[in-house]
Amino acid sequence: MSINLAAQINSIMAALILLTAFGLLVQRRMYGLLHLFAWQGLFLSVSTAIVGYVSGTHHLYISSILTLALKVVLIPYILHFLMRQLHIHKEVEQLVNIPTTMLIGIALVIFSYYLTAPIRELSTLVTRSTLAVALATVMLGLLMMITRRHAVTQIIGFLALENGLFFAATSATYGMPLVVELGVALDILIAAFIFGIFFFQIRTTFDSLDVEQMTKLKEED
Amino acid sequence: MIELYPFIIEAIQIIIVLLFAPLFIGWVRMLKCWFQGRTSAGLFQPYRDIIKLFNKDVVLAENASWIFRFTPYLVFGVTVLAGGIIPILSVSLPFATVADVIAIVALFAMVRFFTALAGMDVGTAFGGMGSSREMMIGSLAEPAMLMAIFTVSLISQTTSLSNMVDVIIHKEFILRPSMAFALLAFVLISITETGRIPVDNPATHLELTMIHEAMILEYSGRHLALIEWAGMLKLFLFTTIGIASFFPWGISTSVNLLNISAGIIFLILKLGFLGIGLILIETGLAKMRIFRVPEFLGSAFLLSTLGMLSYFILE
Repeated sequence: MSINLAAQINSIMAALILLTAFGLLVQRRMYGLLHLFAWQGLFLSVSTAIVGYVSGTHHLYISSILTLALKVVLIPYILHFLMRQLHIHKEVEQLVNIPTTMLIGIALVIFSYYLTAPIRELSTLVTRSTLAVALATVMLGLLMMITRRHAVTQIIGFLALENGLFFAATSATYGMPLVVELGVALDILIAAFIFGIFFFQIRTTFDSLDVEQMTKLKEED
Repeated sequence: MIELYPFIIEAIQIIIVLLFAPLFIGWVRMLKCWFQGRTSAGLFQPYRDIIKLFNKDVVLAENASWIFRFTPYLVFGVTVLAGGIIPILSVSLPFATVADVIAIVALFAMVRFFTALAGMDVGTAFGGMGSSREMMIGSLAEPAMLMAIFTVSLISQTTSLSNMVDVIIHKEFILRPSMAFALLAFVLISITETGRIPVDNPATHLELTMIHEAMILEYSGRHLALIEWAGMLKLFLFTTIGIASFFPWGISTSVNLLNISAGIIFLILKLGFLGIGLILIETGLAKMRIFRVPEFLGSAFLLSTLGMLSYFILE
């Protein structure tokens, strides 16, 4: 496999990650969101492996396998388990309607392209062009956290944002040191468990996972 | 003699467009029957339908104006003209220099405009309902269609379909995310524009759900035959635009009658496979509510815009 072909496959993966980020933004069903998130993790893992191959940095293979294990299998499984336990089957409620969200998303992609254009000029890496996509994924994750009301979808938005950060690290610098990546992976795993505990707490307090309810949490005058 | 060749090719192409379009519909309907476990009416049933309609008398409403009578001829004529422009067998078509891909979209828009007018002309409730739905869909589908086509134009640096085919065939093949996005968007738009499931059901006359059928409900006899034939041509032409923009390999790029016959064989193979793809989509999905269609077309627009953006970002 030549470097050129690898770079092409990597940009296809970048495009697919961007597509799944948009998919998360427009998906209405909870389980659909979960599947899309797992797909995004899979594309991220393949892309990491390709970057590892292109750059010859072998620890990226390890982080690719970590991504595969955590973000494609374990975290979706935990969230799936939580949804079953909490009986969440409803369609996702949104603050902004879907076509508007899509347009805002497109604007964010253009913005992040504009933002990363100078960095792209400076970099000499084969994967430099995917930096804009990584930044866009981060922003789309943020947008998802802003426009969704439900705690579980906000968590998925947060995890998608983390995917974007990870992708930015591999595409801009050929990955962080292995120790850092192991730490981040562990953090994400712990976070997923803590989210689970929070979900149960929120639900027992408010009888719903709608975070709007939290506005009640203030002192009476 | 050599300078006459392009005109001969053009003539062959128009004949093929006219004859293959019902055949393609026949193939699609046959596959659909097989997928649903029914016995099909055969590959040539669309021809028999058209001939039957041509032999019937025209029944006109008393208050039908010239627009109503003129529309079938215009719809058919304009669609055939589009069939002369799109490079189906060869890129050396005399008509191809007349109009580029933007003009082809405009031709289809003209067809839609007149069909909608004719739908409202007689003044029945269904016609008006169909027209308003069709215009809503059109206003959302056309920008997405143009964006998808522009992505291909960006890559080939031209808006003429013939030149696009020429450039794509001769360029080195590269995996392009922008092309993949544009292709996905184009599939969604073609399904919408040709009125297939999940947007519109071509086989239904159920009042609540029909869009295209509602507009042409008042037509009969040879008028209906022309409109039905034009509808078949439209599906055929959208498929061939897709082939020309995304899988042009096999279209002849030189003026040579031998290449043309190879082109016909490639065309038949590609159409056969695309028919199967279309039916897999159609049998896998249920028809959407009409108010979900803007969302469907919104995602088509999103995909085509992403295609254009990823051309700049990733390539």
